[in-house]
Amino acid sequence: MWHGIEHVFVEQSLVAAFAVVGALILVSNLAAKHLTNGRVHGSAIAIVLGLVLAYAGGLYTGGRKGLADIPALAGIGLMGGAMLRDFAIVATAFEVDVIEARRAGLLGVLALALGTILPFIVGTLTAVAFGYHDAVSITTIGAGAITYIVGPVTGAAIGADSTVMALSIATGVTKAVMVMVGTPLVARLIGLDNPRSAMAYGGLMGTVSGVAGGLAATDPKLVPYGALTATFHTGIGCLVGPSILFLTVRALVG
Amino acid sequence: MIVLGVALLAACTLIGVYLGDLLGLALGVKANVGGVGIAMILLIAARLWLSRRGRLTKGVQFGVEFWAGMYIPIVVAMAAQQNVVAAVSGGPIVLIAATGSLVLCFGAVALLSRIGRRDPGGGAVAHGGSVIGGDAEPDAVAPAAVPVARKV
Repeated sequence: MWHGIEHVFVEQSLVAAFAVVGALILVSNLAAKHLTNGRVHGSAIAIVLGLVLAYAGGLYTGGRKGLADIPALAGIGLMGGAMLRDFAIVATAFEVDVIEARRAGLLGVLALALGTILPFIVGTLTAVAFGYHDAVSITTIGAGAITYIVGPVTGAAIGADSTVMALSIATGVTKAVMVMVGTPLVARLIGLDNPRSAMAYGGLMGTVSGVAGGLAATDPKLVPYGALTATFHTGIGCLVGPSILFLTVRALVG
Repeated sequence: MIVLGVALLAACTLIGVYLGDLLGLALGVKANVGGVGIAMILLIAARLWLSRRGRLTKGVQFGVEFWAGMYIPIVVAMAAQQNVVAAVSGGPIVLIAATGSLVLCFGAVALLSRIGRRDPGGGAVAHGGSVIGGDAEPDAVAPAAVPVARKV
C-alpha cells in the first residue's frame, strides 16, 4: 500500500506538493493560534518548519535541495522553484499602492546601494581575517555575502577556485536562511511595519529567497514593497561584483 | 475571464525577464539584471492602465490575485528546499560573514526607516496584505471589496 501511495506522489508531484504544503500551513496556523496565542505569525512557523524539514531532508538524502530530493516530494522543488516563485512575486505587485511606492522610491535606491556595499565589505574583511590574500578569493567571498547568486556569478567571471566558490555560496545561503528566520524577530525593533521601511529592507537585504520568506513571515502587506526592491538587488550585485568591486579590491591588495 | 488575468501576469513576467536578460547581455554580465523587478513595474502599470479604462474586470483581478495569494505557500515550499545542511555546516568564516552583514543591514534598515515619518500605510496597503496573506474569508474581504466593485 505504501508503495502505491508513493507512486501517486511521484506521478502527481506538483499536486502532491500543493497538498503537503497546504497541510504544513494548516498545522502551522493551528500551532500559531493555540500554542503561541496568535503572537507568532502562522507563516513564520510554516517557513521555519520548512527549513527544519529541508535540513532533515538534506541529511537523509545527502542532496542539496532539502526536502525536494526525496522522490515522493520532488514536486516541492517545482512549487518552490525559481519559476513559480518569481511568478507569485510578480503577482504581489498587483497589490502595490502606487503612491506609497513612489514616496519610498528614492529610499529604495539608497538601500540598494548600501545593501550591495555593506555585506561586501563585511564579507571581504572576514575573508582577509581568515587568511585569504588574493583579490579573486576575497572578492568572491565578499560577493557571496551579498547573495548566493552574486557570489558564484562573480567567482566564475573572475576565475575563483571551487573551494572559494563553495564558501561563497554557503555564505549566501546562510545569510538567506538567517534573513528568513531573523526578520520577524527584529521587525518591530527596526521599524519594519510600513511600505517605506519594507522597500528599504528589500533593497538592503537583497537575497530574494531571504526577503520572500522574511516578509511573508512578518506581515503579508509588506511583501510587494520589499520584493520590488529586492529583485533588483541580485542584478545589481552581479553587475558590480566582477567589475567595480573586483577592481577596487585588486587595487587595494595588489 | 480568469485566464486573462493569468495571461496578463505571465506576459508581464516574460517581458520583464526578457528585458532583464537583454540588460544583462548589454552590460556584459551572465545574469538577469532586475528582470522580476521590471516585470513588477510592468504589472503595476498594466493595472493602472486597465483600471483607468474600466477594463479591470473581476475575472482579470482574480486571475492575478490568486497567484498573489499563493505567494506564501510557494515561499514555504521554497524554504523546504533550501540547502540548510550547507548553511549549518559552513564553518566559522561563513557564519561570521553572514551574521556580520545581516546585523549591519538590519541596523541600516532601522536607520533608513527613521528618516522621514512612519505611517502604517492606508487601506489599499492593508487590502493588498489580506490578498497576499490568503485571507479569503468574506468578512475580511467584504469591506475592502465594496469600493472596488463600485468603481467597476
